[in-house]
Amino acid sequence: MSVVTVQLGQCGNQVGQELFDVISSDAQDGQRKTYSSVSRERFFRQTSQGDFEARAVLVDMEPKVINHSMNRAAKSGRWRYAEASHFSQKQGSGNNWANGFRVLGPRHRDAVEELVRREVEHCDVLAGFIPMMSVAGGTGSGVGTFVTQCLRDVYPSSFVLNHLTWPYGTGEVIVQNYNSVLTLAHLYQLSDALLVHENDAVHRICSQQLNLKQISFGDLNRVIAHQLAGVLQPALTPDSCGAYSGNPLGIDWQVRPPPASAGRTSSLTAGGFNASLANLLILRGKDVYSAETGGFEDPAIYTSWLPPAEALSLWKSPVPFDKYEKSATLVSNSQALLRPLDDMVRKAWNMFASRAYIHQYVKFGISEEDFLDSFTSLEQVISSYAQLQC
Amino acid sequence: MTQSVVVQVGQCGNQVGCRFWDLALREHAHVNKRGLYDEALSSFFRNVDLRKSDGGDCCVGGRIQHLKARAVLIDMEEGVVNGILQGPLREVFDSTQLLTDVSGSGNNWAVGHLTYGSAYREAIVNKLRKAAEHCDCLQCFFLIHSMGGGTGSGLGTRVLSLLEEEFPDVCRIVTAMYPSAEDDVITSPYNSVLAMRELTEHADCVLPVENQSLVDIVNKISVMSHGAKPGSALRKDSTVTSGQGSLSPTEKPFDAMNNIVANLLLNITSSARFEGSLNMDLNEIAMNLVPFPRLHYLVPSLTPLYTLADVNIPTRRLDQMFSDAFSKDHQLIRADPKRSLYLACALMVRGNVQVSDLRRNIERLRPSLPFVSWNQEGWKTGLCSVPPVGHSHSLLALANNTCVKPTFMELRDRFTKLYRKKAHLHHYLDVDGMEQSIFSESLSSLSALIDEYHQLDATKARLIPDAQRLSIAR
Repeated sequence: MSVVTVQLGQCGNQVGQELFDVISSDAQDGQRKTYSSVSRERFFRQTSQGDFEARAVLVDMEPKVINHSMNRAAKSGRWRYAEASHFSQKQGSGNNWANGFRVLGPRHRDAVEELVRREVEHCDVLAGFIPMMSVAGGTGSGVGTFVTQCLRDVYPSSFVLNHLTWPYGTGEVIVQNYNSVLTLAHLYQLSDALLVHENDAVHRICSQQLNLKQISFGDLNRVIAHQLAGVLQPALTPDSCGAYSGNPLGIDWQVRPPPASAGRTSSLTAGGFNASLANLLILRGKDVYSAETGGFEDPAIYTSWLPPAEALSLWKSPVPFDKYEKSATLVSNSQALLRPLDDMVRKAWNMFASRAYIHQYVKFGISEEDFLDSFTSLEQVISSYAQLQC
Repeated sequence: MTQSVVVQVGQCGNQVGCRFWDLALREHAHVNKRGLYDEALSSFFRNVDLRKSDGGDCCVGGRIQHLKARAVLIDMEEGVVNGILQGPLREVFDSTQLLTDVSGSGNNWAVGHLTYGSAYREAIVNKLRKAAEHCDCLQCFFLIHSMGGGTGSGLGTRVLSLLEEEFPDVCRIVTAMYPSAEDDVITSPYNSVLAMRELTEHADCVLPVENQSLVDIVNKISVMSHGAKPGSALRKDSTVTSGQGSLSPTEKPFDAMNNIVANLLLNITSSARFEGSLNMDLNEIAMNLVPFPRLHYLVPSLTPLYTLADVNIPTRRLDQMFSDAFSKDHQLIRADPKRSLYLACALMVRGNVQVSDLRRNIERLRPSLPFVSWNQEGWKTGLCSVPPVGHSHSLLALANNTCVKPTFMELRDRFTKLYRKKAHLHHYLDVDGMEQSIFSESLSSLSALIDEYHQLDATKARLIPDAQRLSIAR
């Protein structure tokens, strides 16, 4: 089963290149042939000369980053991007979601869909798509949202998992909160799952856990790639009968909300810790079969919607991942993103209240109405998550 | 990759423009070791093979044949432009890019804007179109002119309107040199205010530069390099102050000041030309720094203006570069942004600087900088890996800050002093097409602008609560 990755904008193309790099070196080092061949089938295809080409489509509105990523990939010697699988223009989206979503996306729809179609044709069995993008800028966020919509339209029964990078809270782009709100509100309707990395959190990992003194975007991207690969590389699921799970994206992310009931508290998180809807724990390497994971099934951390045994999914792979003797990855559908999301909406709303920068969006076809719709959508998401109680 | 066209108008505009082209060539020569005409070069230069029968432009990728600046040079006197054509930069321009006359504008905005503006409209549009046609993907026009004279200020702003008419989708960034109070052109306040209205209405961004600030900065560097300790002398290949190492061996009087402005343009376009881990394109500048259409005056500050001999500058000095960007001594207009209100701020870093350095300094400086309530964390950041020649890193800060208000108020005062007495007014009113209403409208435009900044300033002291959020039915 194969996955087609769509790398969008500077962030998507930079992180994507690191992701394929980790996966390729991990698959290469793996001592288990099955693990390697499943991983390779999932993310790469082999040319007649035996080279591995990533199952990826690279999209950006200006060429510098794609050129850079393609060169870096080729330098690895282990894999590369296919020559014809990229699309770029000369001039970027100008950090303007409206420009990306309403103008550039539609303008280049055919070209991008064609590239995706060709990649899909190379797949024996398509598991689904992973669009990778940031939410702060113009291309990843705006064009990325539009492309996600196209994927949805053209492949209605395929799984779409968006990997999103959230910017530093203290700002990389001044209109980042507008772009993020518009992106998230739309993706909520379009996507099957949103897998999120926040630059602030990844930065903390680099400084506090990896003890890096000088941190570059490359460092951040490598941490993200490592974590993401930890989710996507082959693993044995309880029902896969000893074979690697065919569909790496086949996680039941959707948990239907319970009927509304009165008397819920309105503070963001009750009790001060984040209630989980569901968790996915992936263990890799040594001692996976004897690891004690009971704590993850503790009812105290879950809402009452699912029995804890169902709320926790546990995957294992005896193959060590990315040179770590033992590693664990936790993917959580919980209130952990509630505070960052709320902060983002609060700041965007404050800016919207003064109508600052709105003329830049109106110029490209996004109205105040559209903004209000997006704000409403996200307030509902925030409200739903805030109401979770263990 | 996109291209930009520089339109330099008037004496000052052409002098600054000339410095810019000189430094740009040097910068690219420094980086481009293989003599290939690459994307970065193509952003400001065409590559022309004179042997080709169609006189044609060469594509990116081949060897450099003849570099021609993507520029249009306009002046109503011949002195400066002729000087350029006889100087070391003569190869870089061809005659089709120039538009000159002989009599000058007599320091009269109306002559520049109306008389020459009409007479040369056709010719100007043709030259602009020609320059645009040579571009694969034209992103931006950089207009350079002074505000106090007649040609730069009058004809320059006429060109601005033409750019908006003919190329509405191309960004217009104006570098405008404002006269000091002691300017020897008596009517400079008239010219400046008349021009300002045009800038407010037709430019996407304006980078105001005050002559006096440039003088102060040049003096400061001079003091530093003469009073400096050994080993900390001004690096002789530094682009910032001298033209040494560039094409012109003898420095003309305003060269040092003009170099600073030229550096501003180099730095603002660096991220669009060269690669980096966080690119900042030109169209992102207006998007992020202009929250309301008319408030598009961005105060530039450049650091470091001097550098020490060390190549590996320890962290402390890197942080000093960031601190300096916010000090009033480094602003290119006489203003203290820290005492006013920031609406938005962009930091464009070049060289060996990582995102952690950027984050650390933003966090360190943030508490002392007053930001408007709805943009408390409003930073636009860019990291370009290629440093400027002679430095290991540099920083350009562009601030949309209410500190421009005092500058504009002072300008208005100087204007009103003259206007009240109707001093020299007849020189203007005698010009065909000029009416008194243009004066009063320009004054209103300036007052309205000052007022908008004032309204924002008023919010500074108040504690603005968060806007009430939408409430969702449960």
